[in-house]
Amino acid sequence: MNLAIILQAGVATGTALLFATLGEILTERSGILNLGVEGMMLLGAMTSYAMSNKFGNPWIGILFGMLAAGLVSQVHAFITVTLQADQVVSGLSLNFLATGISLVLGEGLNSLVGVPLIPKFDIPLLSQIPFIGDVFFAGHSALVYVGYLMVPLAWYFINRTRPGMHLRAVGEYPSAVDAQGINVFGMRYFYIFVGGLLAGLGGAAISLAISPGFFAEKTTSGQGWIAVGLVIFAQWNPIRAAFGGYIFGALRRLVLDIQGPMLLLGFANPFYYNPYYGFFLKMLPYAFTVIVLIIGSREANRKRVGSPAALGLPYIRGQRGL
Amino acid sequence: MEMVSTMDQENEVRECRNVVCMRGIVKHFPGVLANDHVDFELREGEVHALLGENGAGKSTLMNILAGLYRQDEGLIEVNGKEVKFNSPRDAIAAGIGMVHQHFMLVPSQSVTENILLGLSEPRFRLNLPHYDAVVAQMAEEYGLHVDPRAKIWQLSVGEQQRVELLKMLYRGAEILIMDEPTAVLAPSEIDDLFVTLRAMTQKGKSITFISHKLHEVMAISNRVTVLRKGKVTSSGINIADTSRAGLANLMVGREVVFRVDKNEQEPGDVILSVDNIHAENNKGLKALNGITLNVRAGEIVGLAGVAGNGQRELADVITGLRKASEGQVIIGGEDITNLSPKAGIRKGVSHIPEDRTHVGTAPNLSVTDNVIMKNYTEEPIGKGWMVNDTAATKYARELKKAFDIIVPNVHTSVRLLSGGNLQKVILAREISKKPELLIAMQPTRGLDVGAIEGVQRLLLLQREAGSAVLLVSEELEELLSLSDRIYVIYEGEIMGEVADGDIEKIGLMMTGMQMEDIRLQGEKSNE
Ligand SMILES: Nc1ncnc2c1ncn2[C@@H]1O[C@H](COP(=O)(O)OP(=O)(O)OP(=O)(O)O)[C@@H](O)[C@H]1O
Ligand SMILES: [Mg+2]
Repeated sequence: MNLAIILQAGVATGTALLFATLGEILTERSGILNLGVEGMMLLGAMTSYAMSNKFGNPWIGILFGMLAAGLVSQVHAFITVTLQADQVVSGLSLNFLATGISLVLGEGLNSLVGVPLIPKFDIPLLSQIPFIGDVFFAGHSALVYVGYLMVPLAWYFINRTRPGMHLRAVGEYPSAVDAQGINVFGMRYFYIFVGGLLAGLGGAAISLAISPGFFAEKTTSGQGWIAVGLVIFAQWNPIRAAFGGYIFGALRRLVLDIQGPMLLLGFANPFYYNPYYGFFLKMLPYAFTVIVLIIGSREANRKRVGSPAALGLPYIRGQRGL
Repeated sequence: MEMVSTMDQENEVRECRNVVCMRGIVKHFPGVLANDHVDFELREGEVHALLGENGAGKSTLMNILAGLYRQDEGLIEVNGKEVKFNSPRDAIAAGIGMVHQHFMLVPSQSVTENILLGLSEPRFRLNLPHYDAVVAQMAEEYGLHVDPRAKIWQLSVGEQQRVELLKMLYRGAEILIMDEPTAVLAPSEIDDLFVTLRAMTQKGKSITFISHKLHEVMAISNRVTVLRKGKVTSSGINIADTSRAGLANLMVGREVVFRVDKNEQEPGDVILSVDNIHAENNKGLKALNGITLNVRAGEIVGLAGVAGNGQRELADVITGLRKASEGQVIIGGEDITNLSPKAGIRKGVSHIPEDRTHVGTAPNLSVTDNVIMKNYTEEPIGKGWMVNDTAATKYARELKKAFDIIVPNVHTSVRLLSGGNLQKVILAREISKKPELLIAMQPTRGLDVGAIEGVQRLLLLQREAGSAVLLVSEELEELLSLSDRIYVIYEGEIMGEVADGDIEKIGLMMTGMQMEDIRLQGEKSNE
């Protein structure tokens, strides 16, 4: 077990989570809860893998994967924004819908060979830094580096730009935004779409970079749900989302590696001698998410950085006493 | 000659020389005619008051002018040009800005951010420090003191209102509409607001002002238009040509008594006894600091004080909505400290809360559901685990009649009711069953003079019937005319108790002077 390797793998694996979490943060900031992230990620993974194979170019694959997830997210937009239906119910159905489509259309994709993947490379100079260079800047796929750029950009967009200010306002108090002549419905459609695009990108990152291939539900294996949880842990802040994503990624790697050595801290390694304990280990990252979630939301309560106030509520114009 | 002059007059009626002319405005809502051929004119540089009973259609008319609603009939001219507004944005572009009864501010954002909301400048990068300075300068110019970097949730209601005004001024509004701006303000804040309004008219802005408080209307406005049941009963009369009684008559259509009479009666046993109560507010700060008071059967006890000094928290603790960290609440001889609200209801406690839309009613439920909320388990409305719909509807219809609630029918959602009628729904529920103890928080806030009279009579009836009433109000006049005794609260402590209605003493205690200090001072000056 080598710390640098675990962290490096954590950053790589966490990138998929990061994209999906950032997308869900933007959606929730506009006041819409979308529980369909897992399904949208799977659809993105399936579509991008298939299209990369068809066009022989992973980037075209990613483009299609993002668009597919973005389009399917608009079903949720129509149901929750226009029809003003319950967001939890609609999000869960979206999840089934997108998962179903992916499984049907993705049938047999795992037998493909030689599908073009996202290239990996070192960042010159930065990769020379001891330890940090190995963890963050060496041998990663291009998408990892895209992730690094996206975190500060998303933060800047939300906190320091005019559209970002409108985004925050629409999730907090939509009637105030409406009264200023901004289209609340249009904005919500848009940010649900953006959330879909990013979930699709997260899925594509898995099937075309992190663990290449399409293995039905196992491709995403619940990471979409973890992304939904990380949003709360991140307190709707992209920078905390990056931490959450990378730590979770590292944990996934750690539980794999922990089964390797015969001795663990000088003791006989129980996970080495009882391979069945592996199931327990695989559960740990998810249990960790639950714990972190509880701690995170308690901290949020204490510091009074709650969820966007209008999260989960349909906006109905002219309704008195919001 | 005669002919010509009448012709002239006719021309003048048709031609609009004012900044705003609204002609023949009609607005229907399902089941109500909110505006019935209303004419309204606003002159440049004036403060024009709009008066009327609850539900008379004042807010509706102004919402039309502000582009929030579309009129069914009638036309609007601004500066002599006909306008058609499809959204508030169009109205703002025409120089019309409205400060609503409920503020339209995003609580988690700063003052500057709220002011910039929806504007096309800045284009992308916010550059808040630059705009903070611009806002600060504008605030200075109009005497609207507020920190541009503060978050809205940190501000008092008065400050939030200033933000709303700044928002409109920043958008270049020349015509300002204020819907009941003083209803939520403390007396000193009202004075500040009036200074600002005068400063604004000096700069050529024109202001429409909705209020139920006649003395305010007399103090600040140049002219007044009165609405009754959607129709104009008096249009643009000069304030100098009228009086408080005259205005009240125009609003309600009958004489209004400003002072209700109460007869002498001996109070009975102590019903409510609050002993050394400590509690925190929603922000986790100390709000109550050892409150001790009592209310006896058959008396009205007033609690005077500027809003935010712990009144709300005290009412919450007594009704079981908030935990006390120390002390005791005893109702009818039983200790109910920190028990659920249900325990209080069982002991006959009724509560008229300050927050009508969230605590007082369930906005999306019907009038019927709202009035049976407390007795739905009792016969004949409740039968076992079922609710008898016919009995509930019948009960609601009776209350609608008894309390004169103006609503198309009892199945209407209460969120569609005007402020005054909403209050009547709460009153109907809370006092129709004779309560042992009634906690009334600002029961007449936002009500028209006619309705105030009605509510005050109802409170006195409770007193005569032997209920103990704790009346929390900021209106000194109301407290003095209704209460047998008055406690004054300041920063979570009782400053003293007044039985003789000495306004001066109460005023001093409201600013934080202890009863003893006042007495000592009095003795000194006598020496
Ligand atoms: N959005 C709406 N939908 C249905 N009915 C409405 C709506 N807005 C107002 N009304 C009704 O129109 C009438 C006029 O209401 P409005 O709010 O204009 O009264 P108001 O004069 O402002 O009263 P108050 O002094 O109580 O604020 C009321 O009967 C009210 O119930
Ligand atoms: Mg109104």
